[in-house]
Amino acid sequence: MRHVYVTVALVVGLMAASTAAWAAGPPSAADLEAELVCPVCETTLDQSNAPVAERMKLFIRQRIAAGDTEREIKDVLVAEFGPGVLATPPKSGFGLLAWLLPIGAVVAGAIAVGLLVRSWSRRRTPPGPERPLDPELERRVDEELARFDG
Amino acid sequence: MARRARLVAQGVALGLIVLLFGLLLWKLVYDECGDFIAAAARGERPQAPDFTLERLDEDGEFRLSSLRGQAVVVNAWASWCIPCREEAPFLEQVWRENRDRGLVVVGLDAKDFRVDARRFMREYDLTFPIVYDGDGSTLCRFGVTGFPETVVLDREGKAIDGFVGGINSDEDRARLRRAVERALAT
Repeated sequence: MRHVYVTVALVVGLMAASTAAWAAGPPSAADLEAELVCPVCETTLDQSNAPVAERMKLFIRQRIAAGDTEREIKDVLVAEFGPGVLATPPKSGFGLLAWLLPIGAVVAGAIAVGLLVRSWSRRRTPPGPERPLDPELERRVDEELARFDG
Repeated sequence: MARRARLVAQGVALGLIVLLFGLLLWKLVYDECGDFIAAAARGERPQAPDFTLERLDEDGEFRLSSLRGQAVVVNAWASWCIPCREEAPFLEQVWRENRDRGLVVVGLDAKDFRVDARRFMREYDLTFPIVYDGDGSTLCRFGVTGFPETVVLDREGKAIDGFVGGINSDEDRARLRRAVERALAT
């Protein structure tokens, strides 16, 4: 069992390390254009050819070439155009609600389902003791079975 | 116990619904854009919404209501907007001709890079005050739906006339000059 824990820990560690290495690499213009919104047409940059969107795409390429990280590029664009330029809400302040509410809804739903299931399982009455068959009915069943076998 | 748990679950569900409904109302109330410039273009005389924004022509902030007592032309523009380029020299001319009579032209640069806006100002030698509304929230309150749009305000901050689109035809330029004269006469 201990070997299993060690293997899982190693795999998780390797995955975290590779993710961190990937995140530290240069950002891709295509990824950023899909994550940022044109402030005029309000579609993502990769879907827009509005003049301001073209200007923002040029800015992104210039900043990538200059060695900026994804975070730095987004921070500058938010400082210029406001947080609405991000295709997904920020994970801080009021934007955090957009991330937490669905999780809260799922948790609340799970709790509600759990409570309902518990309530239903308690309400179910245990089966009572077997009642003896009516002698007349028992006789008729025996006759029918005998005729069936015969 | 089961009854209490059911009540708690119902309370949580109700609370979530009320919260979501509140968010929807908040969004509807606070994201509502006005139609100030369109109303001015229709001949109505609404009071201009006030704003305090960062200046691009010098350091500090600029408050529209600080111009009370002067006629004002507010021009919404962006450096990437072609008709804005065409009308910029005309607005500078109107400002230079009338500033001693009490007219102030205010440029409202929005949805633009600051560096591009400043390059534009140098290119067209713009000398009137220019403020920066990067996220366009002030544009929304003025009901600006495209670039450029312009509104002329009297000395009390009420609209005299509005222009949706560039002031680039002789007819529109004459109309703006008439509106400026009316604003200066108030």
